[in-house]
Amino acid sequence: MYSQGLIGADGRTTESPEFLEAFQRRIDAEEKIEPNDAMPEGYRRTLVRQIGQHAHSEIVGMLPEGNWITRAPSLRRKAALLAKVQDEGGHGLYLYAAAETLGVSRDQMTEELLDGRAKYSSIFNYPTLTWADIGVIGWLVDGAAIMNQIPLCRCSYGPYARAMIRVCKEESFHQRQGYEIVMTLARGTPEQKAMAQDALNRWWWPSIMMFGPHDADSQHSDQSMAWKIKRFSNDELRQKFIDATVPQAEFIGLTIPDPDLTWNEAKGGYDHGPIDWDEFWRVVKGHGPMAKDRIKARRKAWDDGAWVREAALAHAEKRRARKMAAE
Amino acid sequence: MSGEVPLWEVFIRPRNGLSHKHVGSIHAADEVMALQAARDVYTRRGEGNSIWVVPSAAITASDPDQAGENFEPTAEKIYRHPTFYDIPDEVGHM
Repeated sequence: MYSQGLIGADGRTTESPEFLEAFQRRIDAEEKIEPNDAMPEGYRRTLVRQIGQHAHSEIVGMLPEGNWITRAPSLRRKAALLAKVQDEGGHGLYLYAAAETLGVSRDQMTEELLDGRAKYSSIFNYPTLTWADIGVIGWLVDGAAIMNQIPLCRCSYGPYARAMIRVCKEESFHQRQGYEIVMTLARGTPEQKAMAQDALNRWWWPSIMMFGPHDADSQHSDQSMAWKIKRFSNDELRQKFIDATVPQAEFIGLTIPDPDLTWNEAKGGYDHGPIDWDEFWRVVKGHGPMAKDRIKARRKAWDDGAWVREAALAHAEKRRARKMAAE
Repeated sequence: MSGEVPLWEVFIRPRNGLSHKHVGSIHAADEVMALQAARDVYTRRGEGNSIWVVPSAAITASDPDQAGENFEPTAEKIYRHPTFYDIPDEVGHM
């Protein structure tokens, strides 16, 4: 997710070489940067973009799963899915708060999401067609997110790193409940197993695209690596994810939909087939099958909630005035 | 809408015997909603048994640019630590 968080980031910066060197020395010494510390404008801008887009991804990510809450097949599954979707909302809030420490307001970030200036992870622009999708999302999408997020716990920016520690603690339940759903289907009737396989077929490629473009095509990586906003390259993380996931699929008798997937003894990892980057960029730019619906749903939530926010503020003001008068 | 919903800093006491610790922030119109939101956002897994919320605007912070003059001098004041003083072994634990 965070690999895509950097899409559109602008790390250019105009400070003096002495200032930049001093800042880099702090980074190299593994010192955390805190909100009021002096920092290059490019560092601040890159983080605002990345943390904001990460937050948007969590919030928009509630939609495809929320779609199945009322249709979960048992109370156990429903309680777990509700808790997971609530967690995603919480993760969005931790992240918005981290971004706000950099001087951007929550309303500003919301506006940028709603008018399309800010992106969110491409993965959420795909539809959740069956219950099996909920399992596969937990297993693969949250699995990929964890792979991305664990190194972010050591990000050089303190508030982001602290938010990610909370997120990572909570995310492990998401992946496990997803895998359990897929495993249950895979061990069920032939129709149920086919459902699980179908969901894996549809979500595999979008999941490995979550790590973002290949290193050679990743424009913003070098500066972000130097500033330790990012610790591993997109391809390194993608490789880790594939190596971890293939045996999990084998264990439940499902097939990864990549005919070129082969074990490479020399590198001690899997080689995978070509990724359809045209599709990736189409989806990132908002042409995914669900892109319009997602933004429409967010805009509706924002607009429909306007009177509630206004009423709450008006009520708070009234109480404050009453208290003042009483004193 | 006019005006942003104010920001609050959230502090949680993990259990009695420990102090409240800063965990993050949330937006809320007033202190009642701030407590409610803090409970939902920061205590979904038994993180604590008490919450403080403080308007972020009420916090006065020291300037990081003055961190040196504020905090470095204490490093030189080693006589503030018990190990600075030599007490003969015969005296025993002190």
